[in-house]
Amino acid sequence: MRHDIDNNNIAAAESVRDYLAGQERKSLLRFLTCGSVDDGKSTLIGRLLSDTKQIFEDQLATLERDSRKHGTTGDDVDFALLVDGLEAEREQGITIDVAYRFFSTPTRKFIVADTPGHEQYTRNMATGASTADLAIVLVDARQGILAQTRRHSIIASLLGIRHIVLAVNKIDLVDFDQAVFDTITADYADFAKDLGFASIVPVPISARYGDNVARRSERIDWYSGPTLVEQLEAVVVDDAAAEMPFRFPVQYVNRPNLDFRGFAGTIASGSVSQGDEVVVAKSGKASRIKRIVTQGGDLESAVAGQAVTLVLADEVEISRGNMLVAPNARPHVADQFAANLVWFNEHALLPGRSYLLRTETDQTSATVTELKCRINVNNFAREAAKSLEMNEVGICNISVQAPIAFDSFADNRTSGAFILIDRVTNATVGAGMIVHALRRADNIHWQSLDVDKNERALAKNQRPAVFWFTGLSGSGKSTIANLFEKKLHASGKHTYILDGDNVRHGLNRDLGFTDEDRVENIRRVAEVAKLMSDAGLIVIVSFISPFRAERRMARELMPKGEFIEVFVDTPFEECAKRDPKGLYAQALAGKLKNFTGVDSPYEAPESPEIHLKTLGKSPEMMVETLDDWLRQRDSAEQQYDNGGGI
Amino acid sequence: MLARLTHLDRLEAEAIHIFREVAATFSKPVMLYSVGKDSSVLMHLAMKAFYPAKPPFPFLHVDTTWKFREMIEFRDAMAEKLGFDLIVHINEEGVRDGINPFDSGSNTHTHIMKTVGLRQALDRYGFDAAFGGARRDEEKSRAKERIFSFRDAQHVWDPKNQRPEMWKIYNTRVAKGESIRVFPLSNWTELDIWQYILQEDIPIVPLYFAKERPVVERDGMLIMRDDERMALKPGEKIDHRMVRFRTLGCYPLTGAIESGADTLEGIVSEMLVARTSERQGRLIDRDEAGSMEKKKREGYF
Ligand SMILES: Nc1nc2c(ncn2[C@@H]2O[C@H](COP(=O)(O)OP(=O)(O)O)[C@@H](O)[C@H]2O)c(=O)[nH]1
Repeated sequence: MRHDIDNNNIAAAESVRDYLAGQERKSLLRFLTCGSVDDGKSTLIGRLLSDTKQIFEDQLATLERDSRKHGTTGDDVDFALLVDGLEAEREQGITIDVAYRFFSTPTRKFIVADTPGHEQYTRNMATGASTADLAIVLVDARQGILAQTRRHSIIASLLGIRHIVLAVNKIDLVDFDQAVFDTITADYADFAKDLGFASIVPVPISARYGDNVARRSERIDWYSGPTLVEQLEAVVVDDAAAEMPFRFPVQYVNRPNLDFRGFAGTIASGSVSQGDEVVVAKSGKASRIKRIVTQGGDLESAVAGQAVTLVLADEVEISRGNMLVAPNARPHVADQFAANLVWFNEHALLPGRSYLLRTETDQTSATVTELKCRINVNNFAREAAKSLEMNEVGICNISVQAPIAFDSFADNRTSGAFILIDRVTNATVGAGMIVHALRRADNIHWQSLDVDKNERALAKNQRPAVFWFTGLSGSGKSTIANLFEKKLHASGKHTYILDGDNVRHGLNRDLGFTDEDRVENIRRVAEVAKLMSDAGLIVIVSFISPFRAERRMARELMPKGEFIEVFVDTPFEECAKRDPKGLYAQALAGKLKNFTGVDSPYEAPESPEIHLKTLGKSPEMMVETLDDWLRQRDSAEQQYDNGGGI
Repeated sequence: MLARLTHLDRLEAEAIHIFREVAATFSKPVMLYSVGKDSSVLMHLAMKAFYPAKPPFPFLHVDTTWKFREMIEFRDAMAEKLGFDLIVHINEEGVRDGINPFDSGSNTHTHIMKTVGLRQALDRYGFDAAFGGARRDEEKSRAKERIFSFRDAQHVWDPKNQRPEMWKIYNTRVAKGESIRVFPLSNWTELDIWQYILQEDIPIVPLYFAKERPVVERDGMLIMRDDERMALKPGEKIDHRMVRFRTLGCYPLTGAIESGADTLEGIVSEMLVARTSERQGRLIDRDEAGSMEKKKREGYF
């Protein structure tokens, strides 16, 4: 008996887990319904909820009771009452505020924002539209396109919605007439042609009776397109945020103790991995991602939409409102920009007045310096205006007290948006979509005030290094060094070669070949190499540098990892045979004193970073060895960083 | 190719974002901890949002003195285990006046012990933001509420005059005495909650699981007699039945359902076939049409 129950439980557990796994695979679509009052928005949502089995029995019972009391549908259930949740709404029979509803079909989960149709509640419609990816624009088949249809479509377009379903509703009341549908469809297409929608799909429906909502209607046999639900399931919403440049608005600095300093926020776009280089948008300071912290453990990488805590490799100054960004695709940092503005408040927008401007995490004072025009939301025409009244839309220039980091809204819906707040009442008075930065402020990336080695290197997009070539005269140092420099140069690196012979003609003209002079020779060259690497360069030193002690001295001058000893290992016999400058012959004949390998020792490196055995190989092959080493260093370092955080 | 975020991933990230936003912008936030499953999820998300730090705000439980005993045990155990700062507030005036769900009526009891109690606590400590676990799918007026829901100095919600809430840019500004109720779970459905509890292995009060419990049938509901204070009316008798709770509040006001579901999977599978919405188990919502909205306007969560 007990045994049976267990088995049943296990079977149930498995099927529930299967079911939930299936739920997990579903994608999410957020959409809104909009259109004029009485076009049937609430009815449509009630229909969607009921036909996708989201309404519970007790809700249905309440609904039937309320329908008799307030309903407008005679004896039928008035679905509108299901969503008009506020007392004032039920009494007045209108939708005042946006309601969020949830339903799912076998392939998708949906969050619906049911938005009000009255012009006076446009701000509530905008609230619903701001987080939606698709809009169902409802039209009453008897009325056709109304002012409110156009207003909502324009606001949807301004707020970045790219997909429209044009639901021609109450088709039952026009005898399912195709001509009516065709006319409305054509009117809308004509009106919306400049609104930048990626798709407009017209569907003839009856929300009240359910035709073409979740169920294909036989009464509309001339229509062969998708039903409303089919279209909602099928529409492909760009999931491009992850592919865009990295943007991480810093929300909160998490500093529980002196050993941990993390920057918490939600990735607005792009992705980030441990070891990635990032730049602080406002200061231009660069660092690397050391850890991506979550409670469940550190992540290797994270994408747009994830809320994470980033730990950087360096102590850089960052506070809330700043942004961590991709070094090679930075946002604007500016204090003036042009924006589209929707006004929400009964007190009109006043150019010159100070408001608070808030982006996702930043806040500063702002004034509208110039109201360029008002957009007529009936025909999209631009009209001159001195102020913006409630529910009006305009284009303006805005000046902020402190520069903010942003993208254009067209490029990035998260980093291109802001709201305006009244300083006295704290009301949210407007919403803005940035069009572009203004000239004066345009494209100046703020360089950090103290230009240091890091900044210099960053400007060159490289890591400074000193490649120290050591080896006998004629071993091939200069040939290989020259080739290597060409290769680096070709890939955009900034380099410089310090060659023994050249330096001895200038800087070290006063030095001979005694041991003391050799030491001083190396010391000077090492100091120069250090200055150059501090300037951000990749320096290639090509010196015989026969003594270990001096090479060690040079190594110790540079930061760890920056001195790369390259042993150009060519046997004495081979060098003497090549003898490009005839020096070996002279030395061997005793005419040249203190010649390395002849009467002055060469102390071969014990553990050079790179050991080039040149015998039988071409200089090109040696350069490839150098290249391979560089590549390995870079990927090894990432691995080191990955482990280093734990 | 980077992994796509699932539906739950997105909801989780949204909630974490909201937690951090409040911590970054308010001077004295608090989390309303009601000990129910939504509170458990909320607490779990708060721990995630600030890891490796602890949530930088206390948890407040408004105890009506009529909560299930198991809720109180669970509450204290969780506070101990997770190490958060727990404030328990009881409306002492209400206790002194002998307010209780039986003689005072469910409405008065809830209003005084819960709504007024909450207002007292918020005023006493001067909290300017309070997290709650309400979801938009629970009830019609909640479906209309903002994530950041403004309250005036009298804690009143004005549903006809809510602030627009654009994108994830929240207006967190309040004047002295005003406050904001914040609902990180706004966009979660009941199924999402259970799915998340299952996925994250979140501890919940055992009352959610079916067990044999002493219940009395009253007003069409199964009420568990959790202590001696509940007197039996003539004709009433105590039955021991396999029951569980879909929602938890004051025990005399919370209806149990008969069920054999003693695992999370069992609960979810029962829920999937259930055709009754969750608040049905609460007496207060049925008192009058629009009752929840009314309570919310008065400052109820
Ligand atoms: N005949 C018919 N009536 C409809 C249809 N859709 C909505 N209605 C009615 O139109 C009226 C307004 O609908 P409602 O949903 O409240 O519109 P809203 O203001 O856009 O939310 C109500 O009386 C509905 O019953 C439809 O497809 N056919």
